[in-house]
Amino acid sequence: MARKSHVQTTINDETVEFLCEPRQSLLEVLRDELHLTGAKEGCNNGNCGACSVILDGRLVNSCLVLGVETDGKSMETIEGLADPDKLHPIQDAFLENAALQCGICTPGFIMSAKALLDNNPNPTEHEVRYWLAGNLCRCTGYDKIVRAVLDAAEAT
Amino acid sequence: MQSFEYIDAKTVSEAVALLDEKGDQARLLAGGTDLIVQAREGRRSLDWMIDIKSIPEVNELAYDSETGLTLGAAVPCYQIYAVEAICEAYPGLVDATKIIGGTAIQGRAAVGGNLCNASPAADCIPPLIVLNATCVIAGPNGEREIPVEDFCTGPGQTVLAKGEMLVSLKLPAPQQNSSSFYLRFIPRNEMDIAVVGAGASVVLDDAKQRIVSARIALGAVAPTPLFAEDAGALLTDKEISDDVIDEAAQAAQAIARPISDMRGTAEQRTHLVGVLTRRALNGAIQRVREAA
Repeated sequence: MARKSHVQTTINDETVEFLCEPRQSLLEVLRDELHLTGAKEGCNNGNCGACSVILDGRLVNSCLVLGVETDGKSMETIEGLADPDKLHPIQDAFLENAALQCGICTPGFIMSAKALLDNNPNPTEHEVRYWLAGNLCRCTGYDKIVRAVLDAAEAT
Repeated sequence: MQSFEYIDAKTVSEAVALLDEKGDQARLLAGGTDLIVQAREGRRSLDWMIDIKSIPEVNELAYDSETGLTLGAAVPCYQIYAVEAICEAYPGLVDATKIIGGTAIQGRAAVGGNLCNASPAADCIPPLIVLNATCVIAGPNGEREIPVEDFCTGPGQTVLAKGEMLVSLKLPAPQQNSSSFYLRFIPRNEMDIAVVGAGASVVLDDAKQRIVSARIALGAVAPTPLFAEDAGALLTDKEISDDVIDEAAQAAQAIARPISDMRGTAEQRTHLVGVLTRRALNGAIQRVREAA
């Protein structure tokens, strides 16, 4: 077993330190070491987007990032989105539009939508669909998700 | 995932020395969108992952309308299409960077990594070939440069020798009245691997009626991406017409040697080479004509 590395990073505006082996993905570190289980493991190979987080302002698949790579970086995960007393507008829009059924893909979709709206506050439907192409949902058929993201764009 | 050591290399010479010392059991990590999956799925055995993203040269992204583009090997796709001058100068390359994976993949995946992974279906390689890109390679014996079309030697295989690494790609400045185009056929709208890919670049005369020169390259129809040199050469100094475009497309079909697999049959791929070559050439021509 390779020696563990000490990593210091910022997650949802809080400084976090952890130890991890080089072989552990950021997704494994988030879920197994830090108990932030919002990001989900779907495919573990970059196809499904269920593990999406925002790393230094860019949307990434946390299954395709090594935990050791995040030293000195800053990230946002689904756990940082809501205020203690109210949901984030994107979360509200997902509920209003019934944009989820089983919910496994939802944290990834919401982080992906947040990265989109941070980058482009008024996207067209076409832009939403292309931006979200890396997030798979087997329940909703996507229309409700796309409508939720467009609604959230209007609300913010 | 299998166990390995991680090293954050700070200089090209450090990375080269590590590669030279560790040999096949060391791999360079840029975006990791291929390498991490290969390591996890056991398709590649490795003991050392050498992160190159702290090395200044591999992060260089510099465009000058006189000298061209220096594209560091680890620069992710999204940084390329974020620069308007690069989108105008090398639209064929930008076409590819926008269709590799989804948003999250483009946030990490590098053009240099796409090249070094050496998939026959890699979307970035045909446009690099038609844009006359050169690979800058560092190794234990110093630096060397080779044309992109000579870089891949088979699926997953490249000319990189023990201790060598791709540092950057150099693209010459675009000529007057030139443009480029890349497209692929996939059965979906997004997030898929090319059944066939085709890239083309053209230089037109001032009236934009004649082709001065053209280059064509193909993906997913041979063990490596193919430079269809003769097909492009057929267009030299030709008046633009459907007939001459057809002739070039047929010449491109003649060098394709595709296999049949889950993505398509050899027959379908050969047909697609003709269709996509015509569209890539017409797309590049249209871009020249539409430019102010």
